[in-house]
Amino acid sequence: MNIPEKLRYTDDHEWISIEGDIVIVGITDFAQSELGDIVYVEIETEGEKISKGDVFGIVEAVKTVSDLFMPLTGTVEEVNSDLEDNPESVNEDCYEKGWLIKIKLTGSPDELDELLTAEQYKAVIGD
Amino acid sequence: MDTKKLVLNDIHVSLGAKMMPFAGYSMPVRYSSDIKEHMAVRNDVGVFDVSHMGEFFLKGKNVLVLIQKVTSNDASILADGQAQYSCLPNDHGGIVDDLIVYKFSNEEYMLVVNASNIEKDWNWISGQNDLGVMMENVSDNYCLFAVQGPKATGVLQKLTDMDLSEIKFYHFAVGSFAGHEGVIMSNTGYTGSGGFEIYVKNEIARDVWNKIFKAGEEVNIQPVGLGARDTLRLEKGYCLYGNDIDDETSPLEAGLGWITKFNKTFVNSSSLLLQKEAGVTKKLIGFKMEEKGIPRHGYELKNENEELIGNVTSGTISPILQKGIGLGYVKKEYTAPGSEIWVAIRKKVLKANVVKLPFV
Repeated sequence: MNIPEKLRYTDDHEWISIEGDIVIVGITDFAQSELGDIVYVEIETEGEKISKGDVFGIVEAVKTVSDLFMPLTGTVEEVNSDLEDNPESVNEDCYEKGWLIKIKLTGSPDELDELLTAEQYKAVIGD
Repeated sequence: MDTKKLVLNDIHVSLGAKMMPFAGYSMPVRYSSDIKEHMAVRNDVGVFDVSHMGEFFLKGKNVLVLIQKVTSNDASILADGQAQYSCLPNDHGGIVDDLIVYKFSNEEYMLVVNASNIEKDWNWISGQNDLGVMMENVSDNYCLFAVQGPKATGVLQKLTDMDLSEIKFYHFAVGSFAGHEGVIMSNTGYTGSGGFEIYVKNEIARDVWNKIFKAGEEVNIQPVGLGARDTLRLEKGYCLYGNDIDDETSPLEAGLGWITKFNKTFVNSSSLLLQKEAGVTKKLIGFKMEEKGIPRHGYELKNENEELIGNVTSGTISPILQKGIGLGYVKKEYTAPGSEIWVAIRKKVLKANVVKLPFV
């Protein structure tokens, strides 16, 4: 299972990349492998301010629909529009081409401390 | 209830299967990718371990009388070595289960039922058996491998002297296969891509499975899980018990009139005949999404005025059509192919067209 050290994670199997002001969110290798073929990504919350833990979109695999949860409070600044035609990028390259949203943080900095390290996330998935 | 393990559980795990509980069994849902497994069956050959299915042997002088009483199709037309899709109507208009009836001889039949209904069916049929028919539930003694796809017969032919091309659709033969006697080779399946369903005793299951994969090596034979099994059957418009048919749906509403024969009497046949004469008020239809969206079990179906007209019973994206497809019950006036209906998907109402089954 590919769980990059430099990223942060949530119990909902999302990864968060934090570089300066830019925060990028996607689903983990574990999540994409559990879901199977991703066939549809629906994120219609661009520009909306969403609280940590609330739903910002859904991913559909062949057999399942799953909610996507905001890992940190913020505004959805950008949605990966390539996924509309190529949802399989989430399976093939979940940490690069398969990213989901970029957010601008508006919540408490304490939220960052609640994110999991790669080590902690590996324990969550029993890897 | 404890989750039972398949006899070949360790093989599935070592092949990388994601295992999930289904109908009381830990079942392989996916080995690589639902879509790849789906396409393997449509284009080449794939193997399903569907040993969770139930098998009952029925024997005795009155066996046909009992089968005619509990099933809706006319089993009297079966020849030895012939199989028939049928259902067990209940006494209040619904369906206990759907099943396949196999005729071995005048006094010996096999019923193959859904795993989730083994106990329910056994109790139901036993309750109707005032005819002294001997019943044996051999579900735990047999494994079932469905080898499906256009290349299936070619692969299997390497393992037997029986001429498989002589076993026609919905026929079967019992013979020597992969070095073992008494193997039931049935030209049936739940994929619409051709092939055989192979019933073997547990003791030889591992050897038979391994030999099938060895024989299929050169055509890249693949193990296939329940995920693809569902998309394959749905593209062909086959009903799934518990989704599209259940204790409350009538076989006539479900489009199973072709297996409901009124030239004989059976459980609840008189009220089903009345329903047939009066006409059903709702019917199971297939629909294809015109807009981007995937229908799922339980979603609401609406008319152009956004009034509720029914519900989705099965839905998926079709790997062949690359579109959402589904089955659902709608009021009679919306059942004609070409009718426009709408599917409520989350906050949207997306357009779909009623189509004739199968989808592909």
